[in-house]
Amino acid sequence: MSFDRRKFIKIAGLTTIVTLTGKPVFDAIAADSPLNVSTEPNRLTAKRWAMAVNTKKCLEKEGCTDCITACHHIHNVPDFGNPKDEVKWIWHEKYENAFLDQENEYMEEKLKDKPVLVFCNHCDNPPCVRVCPTQATFRREDGIVMMDWHRCIGCRYCVAACPYGSRSFNWRDPRPFIKEIVPDFPTRTRGVVEKCTFCDERLAIGLQPACVEACKEKALVFGDLEDPKSEIRELLKANFSIRRKPALGTQPEVYYIV
Amino acid sequence: MLEKALYGDRRYWTWVIFLMTLMGIGFLFYLRQLEYGLGITGLSRDVTWGFYIAQFTFLVGVAASAVMVVLPYYLHDYKVFSKMTILGEFLAISAVTMCVLFVVIDLGQPMRAVNIILHPTPSSIIFWDLIVLNGYLVLNALISRVTLDAERKSIAPPKWIKPIIILSIPWAISIHTVTAFIYCGLGGRPFWFTAILTPRFLASAFASGPAFLILLVMILKKFTKFDPGKEPIFKLSEIITYAMSLNVFFILLELFTAFYSGMHEHQQSFLYLFFGIDGHARLVPWIWTSIILAVFSLILLFNPKTRRNEKFLTIACISVFLSIWIDKGIGMVVAGFVPSPLGKVTEYWPTIPEALIALGVYALGFLLITIFYKIALSVRGEVAK
Repeated sequence: MSFDRRKFIKIAGLTTIVTLTGKPVFDAIAADSPLNVSTEPNRLTAKRWAMAVNTKKCLEKEGCTDCITACHHIHNVPDFGNPKDEVKWIWHEKYENAFLDQENEYMEEKLKDKPVLVFCNHCDNPPCVRVCPTQATFRREDGIVMMDWHRCIGCRYCVAACPYGSRSFNWRDPRPFIKEIVPDFPTRTRGVVEKCTFCDERLAIGLQPACVEACKEKALVFGDLEDPKSEIRELLKANFSIRRKPALGTQPEVYYIV
Repeated sequence: MLEKALYGDRRYWTWVIFLMTLMGIGFLFYLRQLEYGLGITGLSRDVTWGFYIAQFTFLVGVAASAVMVVLPYYLHDYKVFSKMTILGEFLAISAVTMCVLFVVIDLGQPMRAVNIILHPTPSSIIFWDLIVLNGYLVLNALISRVTLDAERKSIAPPKWIKPIIILSIPWAISIHTVTAFIYCGLGGRPFWFTAILTPRFLASAFASGPAFLILLVMILKKFTKFDPGKEPIFKLSEIITYAMSLNVFFILLELFTAFYSGMHEHQQSFLYLFFGIDGHARLVPWIWTSIILAVFSLILLFNPKTRRNEKFLTIACISVFLSIWIDKGIGMVVAGFVPSPLGKVTEYWPTIPEALIALGVYALGFLLITIFYKIALSVRGEVAK
């Protein structure tokens, strides 16, 4: 027989390889999709989005969790009620945990043991984006580090790479653990990573991030770092600010006024 | 040639059915994991890689170690290893297959795994690891098939296979180098962020792999007519002695930099491993077992009298293998996550479903080794004793 089994397997294997490697090349030629798809006339745009956290103002109202509640509600973040499965986008961390490299036993009392808001730093040089094998997490031109929950394969390399512990993995189906599902925002499936997105969906329709809007003390200021007249630039000009683990070269875009 | 795996005595089939049962159990628990999610494992928000990825890392080393018999035989024409190379290559194929499976079972969305190929991302080390691992699998499958086929026909292997065999030597180094890069390229994980990690991976690989190969040869000698003679075993044991010494030396280098420099964050994971932090000390007995086994094995290996005695050598090989398995297959990956980037200590321990799924993958690997070795020995007419 001229076309025996071995030959068939050889040809079938080669066909598979050609199909699999040919597809991305085809896509690269065919693809021409812009990153900012919103055409809303009053959408918010920037060259480099950033956030400033005014820790003094934040601590004014003790035990306040308005921003956390607002964010987790509108983004359908589940509450599993245990630390093992926990998913969170923005949360309180003790000062000494948020700023590990700022160890100081005799720190001023108004900060020591006090909670600091932490969330994704939307780094200019994000390690999570560098390591993602599918580009499911990527940096937009305006500086937002985004997640594509439909592409993520759940390898959790990004979680290992993030020096801030900002990423959560869905260890199990999150849907039964969402108190009240908001239909405007997608829920996630089990097996994917998620995190803060600077509310890209709200910016696209001209709204500030949910945490910024929810904070009555105005402790959170969101804006364009490339615009010298922006509120965030004015604030950073007038106050001393620090960032988390700057030595790692990630260029975090969340600034803390202490 | 595959049909040779279908004939065997009762003992052979009992072993095969035993392995298939373990595979079946593992598969059933994997179906459960697919339904429930990876929450079925002991992993948590803080410790996101565990037993699966650690086994992957350890087995990449076992796979890479085939080069320790291939290199002397093909590059230095060291004839003593003529009977060993095929065993090394078959071990490599089985180990790489297990590696790939351990990565797949660790994925949250395994059905999307093909996204790595659909959206190739050269900045991701996983992308490169996929290329080198599968390349190594193809190389070894091709080499072992062609050389064994030639041996069956009692002819010299075709000339074109030689450059491919030579290529497989640096390729073996590459699989463990790239796997180490997954870890040591992350600035936010001080425990892994060390240039010595890659050489340490290679040294431990070239100790644990040949140790396992010697153990396999001992088993084959007991149950089959296969006997490579004393010389290749002794040569391999020398290789293990050098590699294991380097491995222990590299660990001591790590401890020196971390503790002499006084750098707090570089010490934390070591402190967790060796002494525990704030009473969290689940890995402490394991890591000390690993250290004791390493020292014990070196004592047996350094002394030529014990090294050249098959009984003591077997004990030494078991010690080397277990020591490195604990170090890489439990300690290395988990300790990188403890303490967390926020300075918190969350402990990890695999759950029973997790362990059974991993056991299923190991069973599949052992089944492959069994079948491959059966074929190799059948071709040489060395099966029954």
